[in-house]
Amino acid sequence: MPSGSTTTAQATDAVSGGPPPELTEASRDETSLRRFLHALPGIDQVGLEQRAATLATRSVKKDAKRWAIDAAISMVDLTTLEGADTPGKVRALTAKARRPDPEYPDVPPVGAVCVYPDLAGVAVRDLAGTGIGVASVATAFPSGRSNRQVKLADTAMAVEAGATEIDMVIDRGAFLTGRYGLVLEEIQAVKAACGDAHLKVILETGELATYDNVRRASWLALLAGADFIKTSTGKVSPAATLPVTHVMLQAVRDWHALTGEHRGVKPAGGIRGTKDAIRYLVAVREVAGPAWLTPRLFRFGASSLLNDLLMQRRRQLTGHYSGADYVSVD
Amino acid sequence: MSDRLAVAKTYKLYIGGKFPRSESGRVYRVNDAKGGFLANAPQGSRKDLREAVTAARKAFPGWSGATAYNRGQVLYRIAEMLEGRREQFVAEVTAAEGVPAKRAQALVDQAIDRWVWYAGWTDKLATVLGAANPVAGPYFSFTVPEPTGVVGVLAPQDSSLLGLVSTVAPAIAAGNTTVVVASRERPLPAISLSEVLGTSDLPGGVVNLVTGNAVELAPWLAAHADVNAVDLVGAPEILGTELERAAAGTVKRVFGAGRAGQEPDWTRPPGMERLRAFLEHKTVWHPQGV
Repeated sequence: MPSGSTTTAQATDAVSGGPPPELTEASRDETSLRRFLHALPGIDQVGLEQRAATLATRSVKKDAKRWAIDAAISMVDLTTLEGADTPGKVRALTAKARRPDPEYPDVPPVGAVCVYPDLAGVAVRDLAGTGIGVASVATAFPSGRSNRQVKLADTAMAVEAGATEIDMVIDRGAFLTGRYGLVLEEIQAVKAACGDAHLKVILETGELATYDNVRRASWLALLAGADFIKTSTGKVSPAATLPVTHVMLQAVRDWHALTGEHRGVKPAGGIRGTKDAIRYLVAVREVAGPAWLTPRLFRFGASSLLNDLLMQRRRQLTGHYSGADYVSVD
Repeated sequence: MSDRLAVAKTYKLYIGGKFPRSESGRVYRVNDAKGGFLANAPQGSRKDLREAVTAARKAFPGWSGATAYNRGQVLYRIAEMLEGRREQFVAEVTAAEGVPAKRAQALVDQAIDRWVWYAGWTDKLATVLGAANPVAGPYFSFTVPEPTGVVGVLAPQDSSLLGLVSTVAPAIAAGNTTVVVASRERPLPAISLSEVLGTSDLPGGVVNLVTGNAVELAPWLAAHADVNAVDLVGAPEILGTELERAAAGTVKRVFGAGRAGQEPDWTRPPGMERLRAFLEHKTVWHPQGV
């Protein structure tokens, strides 16, 4: 699997002055940022939801389905974010990440393992040399309610442990009260603390209330140098939905049109079935473009999704339905 | 006679406590024994079957974990509701099986009585089939029966109500959840039973009823890895061996091996055969004196 180094390099360019003048101008100060974000085109809610629903009806069969299942497996960020997580549980997860289905060694490994920062070290040790990323949430996940020093220390802890990807949460309180500059600065500061690690910015769309806000938050994160924009923490309902992911895919597509850089999208939370996953892949293909159909630019934040993908994969190979007794418990 | 138009019904499947249409959108004509039109029934597909298995699996922990007393109460309440719909069942059995009304009445009565009989078994199974085992050692060893899991029932093709009750009731009385493929030619009593179950206290998913062609559905049911046992009494005879082989692939219990599609005389006392068939025996060795 190709590493994400190109995206990181491109993202660094963006901050150091690569983007066109209107984007540089946008992040100059609070006022220009507000002007830029509020000048983004408004979203036709009915049209968006209908488009998402129509694309979701597309039927994917046979070889295309088999391809989609393997692609989706390689895009899974296998996640455990529980208060009850232990090093043992993380080790079980990394074993599953390396070889998702022991009976079928040709199943591709997952994209990354996603854990809390104090357990990132365990995952890094287990996954050394496999090419599977270690993502760590940081910045007072999931609420993001703490001060800048704590958030940066949280990030530094994960980076020191060897995490290759950092999933940060934005300050939704600041965003919703219109203090965009604060949110932008914070993302930039965390980005700086990340070093070589990829930065995924969690917008927590379930708390942003409107699609217009999702579009603004997406652009804000992209302006600040996010390598990925991620829908949710998985702790708030609703988590990822198709329409919200559409909006975010539009943002990265338009960002690419403006700057030539590819940034990624990660829907997370509530994606449990193969059918759902394939719907997301269709959306990626149709909204952003085929270039995004790679784990470098599209990920699923999920835990139970992987088992369903494996069961469906077996169904395709063996010709009969599989059951939960035939895949590992996680 | 009034010139009122007959209301021709189009029935639905019963999956997870809900009444969905078939995913395939197919329906087929159901005729009475003389070939007259009765109603439209959904022709379930393998995907409907898959949904039914998912629903049954989901319902299993709740139903198998309920106390035997509670299961008995729920089943007995269903018998009460069957009694309330007696006339409807008599009419449907008469039309489906082409028997005289008197005979149909006797069959329905017997079906209700059998439901009550199985309802009574729920809290007696452990005492009758379990044991305190005399063992040569300082241990207390005892055996308890536990439900097998999700049972796929290929319901009898001929006996539309009595046969159906005689296959479904023992499976759920023992604490299993079921996926039932109804008789293709005579599905209406089964559909009415599902409507009774849908409004009873039976938790959704304990019984899931798919109408359609057993020839199409049985192989998928027998091979499904999340089904723990199958009852082949309503299976197409010609598929018997194939179904057993498919079931062996995922180590299922098979009831009616070697006699697929052969219906017994349902009016005879059923004995404990089917209750026993879908139970597993768990034996516990306990150090004595603790």
